[in-house]
Amino acid sequence: MEQSRNEQEEIMGRTLAEKVWEQHVVRRVDGEPDLLYIDLHLIHEVTSPQAFDGLRLAGRKVRRPDLTIATEDHNVPTVLGPIADPVSKTQVETLRKNAAEFGIRLHPMGDAGQGVVHIIGPQFGLTQPGMTIVCGDSHTSTHGAFGGIAFGIGTSEVEHVLATQTLPAYRPKTMAIEVSGELPVGVTAKDLILAIIAKIGTGGGQGYIVEYRGEAVRKLSMEGRMTVCNMSIEAGARAGLIAPDETTFAYLKGRPHAPSGELWDQAVEYWKSLRTDDDAVFDKVVEIDASTLTPYVTWGTNPGQGLPLGASVPDPASFADPIERSAAERALEYMGLSAGTPLRDVEVDTVFVGSCTNGRIEDLRSAAEILRGRQVKTRTLIVPGSMLVKLQAEQEGLHEVFKAAGAEWREAGCSMCLGMNPDTLQPGERSASTSNRNFEGRQGKGGRTHLVSPQVAAATAVTGRLTAPADL
Amino acid sequence: MDAFITHTGTAVPLRRSNVDTDQIIPAVWLKQVSRTGFEKGLFSAWREDPGFVLNDPAYQGASILVSGPDFGTGSSREHAVWALQQYGFRVVIAARFGDIFRNNSTKMGLLPVVLPGEKVEALQAAVEADPSLPVTVDLEGREVRWADEAVGFEIDDYTRWRLMEGLDDIGLTLRHADDVAAYENERQPWLPTTV
Ligand code: SF4
Repeated sequence: MEQSRNEQEEIMGRTLAEKVWEQHVVRRVDGEPDLLYIDLHLIHEVTSPQAFDGLRLAGRKVRRPDLTIATEDHNVPTVLGPIADPVSKTQVETLRKNAAEFGIRLHPMGDAGQGVVHIIGPQFGLTQPGMTIVCGDSHTSTHGAFGGIAFGIGTSEVEHVLATQTLPAYRPKTMAIEVSGELPVGVTAKDLILAIIAKIGTGGGQGYIVEYRGEAVRKLSMEGRMTVCNMSIEAGARAGLIAPDETTFAYLKGRPHAPSGELWDQAVEYWKSLRTDDDAVFDKVVEIDASTLTPYVTWGTNPGQGLPLGASVPDPASFADPIERSAAERALEYMGLSAGTPLRDVEVDTVFVGSCTNGRIEDLRSAAEILRGRQVKTRTLIVPGSMLVKLQAEQEGLHEVFKAAGAEWREAGCSMCLGMNPDTLQPGERSASTSNRNFEGRQGKGGRTHLVSPQVAAATAVTGRLTAPADL
Repeated sequence: MDAFITHTGTAVPLRRSNVDTDQIIPAVWLKQVSRTGFEKGLFSAWREDPGFVLNDPAYQGASILVSGPDFGTGSSREHAVWALQQYGFRVVIAARFGDIFRNNSTKMGLLPVVLPGEKVEALQAAVEADPSLPVTVDLEGREVRWADEAVGFEIDDYTRWRLMEGLDDIGLTLRHADDVAAYENERQPWLPTTV
């Protein structure tokens, strides 16, 4: 059975996702999920404590501490000083205790390597093509930008990976998102992924691994590719990936954990084979023309409720599907918006640039470019995704640009991406945010979130209304 | 994990779509390091509204949640599953689930049941008309039954078996420790370690 399935796939050609999956099957038995080997396990303080407790209860060890790395990100304040909230503090201290007890490398607050979990893997060169990577965090899909299979897991699975370095899983179906044409000037990877989610919906990717393909994707930088893959989960797909190429190799070369010398050459040779065969067949194909896109913004309370910035708040009555209609009604009520209002007229109180979606150096550079020589009208938080991103930004003088514009330059962390640390919205406050979720209360109870690119965020900070850089 | 074979209880209709895990349990509740006490955080923002369905005395004690499509999207937080279970739910029925939530549920013995959208609505309407209506979720027979309706649902054999036996995945995998060790010997030499 197995044999013939593999042979058949050989004849038909395989997709990138299938190649990476097959490479990691430890055990395959008919009627059971595959047992998949995990090359890298990332850990943070929120989804791990109960997993370590489980290990202790059962008297189990971490099988491969040397394939595991931990960081503190969700709870950390982004101004210098200790954690004020005792419950947050306990959670962070619990991670420290667990990392020490089980022998896991940890980058604690204040450490030069600390940062948001999905920023530090790539920056250390730990994220490489063809790998399987998991983390108790749904945005693990970010790492797929390097051409591996990376997905979020729950705490029970975190415990499973700690104990066994494997996971039982059924191979998802494969979807290709073919992005033809070129992104127009001023339109970014964030706009592209928001447009994709608006097109296929928050459930569109359920049950699939998505491969992003096509000219516009090839032209993206690694930062841009990470932004796209990061939000795969917002379209319902547990994993998204992009075939590795020269851009990927150039990004990796010389990073602390990237191979070197002869191993580098061997690795590159293998990595070059990590592409979907020309005759491979995807279970589903979605096409999108990049050249028609403009800056995107969300108007509602799920990431699929997005529109071009030039549009107006939609009328719920315009949705044919009754479920979508009632979701839109609820969203407008929560967001305090009325149908027909041009999105450009929507005033915001806070601008947030950061998160694992848009907290990398390129994002900060593009925000700085817009803020240079201008003044912000709103509270503006610029939060680097990691301490290394912060250091690099400061070496480039970006922090001076932000401060001169009146923005706040912070320490690394998840910050206002989620309401778990001191950076939150107050009830009724409205933000333009480069993060990934506009769910009710995501940035603080009662907070209202519009997801945007770093460029739109910066331009919005200048005018106090949702604004594209071209409008300035 | 408790074995799940069949369950009969009353149901609550949640007429919302895209019930993301941030709604099921907001982030402020995730700071706990224990596995208990999450029932207080379940839908905590929505429960502040006295009109919210979980506040309706007619549905007290219900153990089956019947939701609109795309239940459990978003964050991977297993706390969402713990909160639902600790509040008293044993089953969630919806037309579509977020993949990670669905996976987390089956690890914990909370049964996610996918029914066609129109059947979900029919069940919601039935329990709105009679909140005391008994609903049976039969995992063994792969069927949901209420009044004179009986609707089949799909679940793979392996997950069904694991749930019916109440088996812990880690114990099952550790039986194959030799396979894992053999695989480890063959891994590509350039793959990174964190040390
Ligand atoms: S930045 Fe936001 S999405 Fe990313 S890991 Fe932190 S909380 Fe999660």
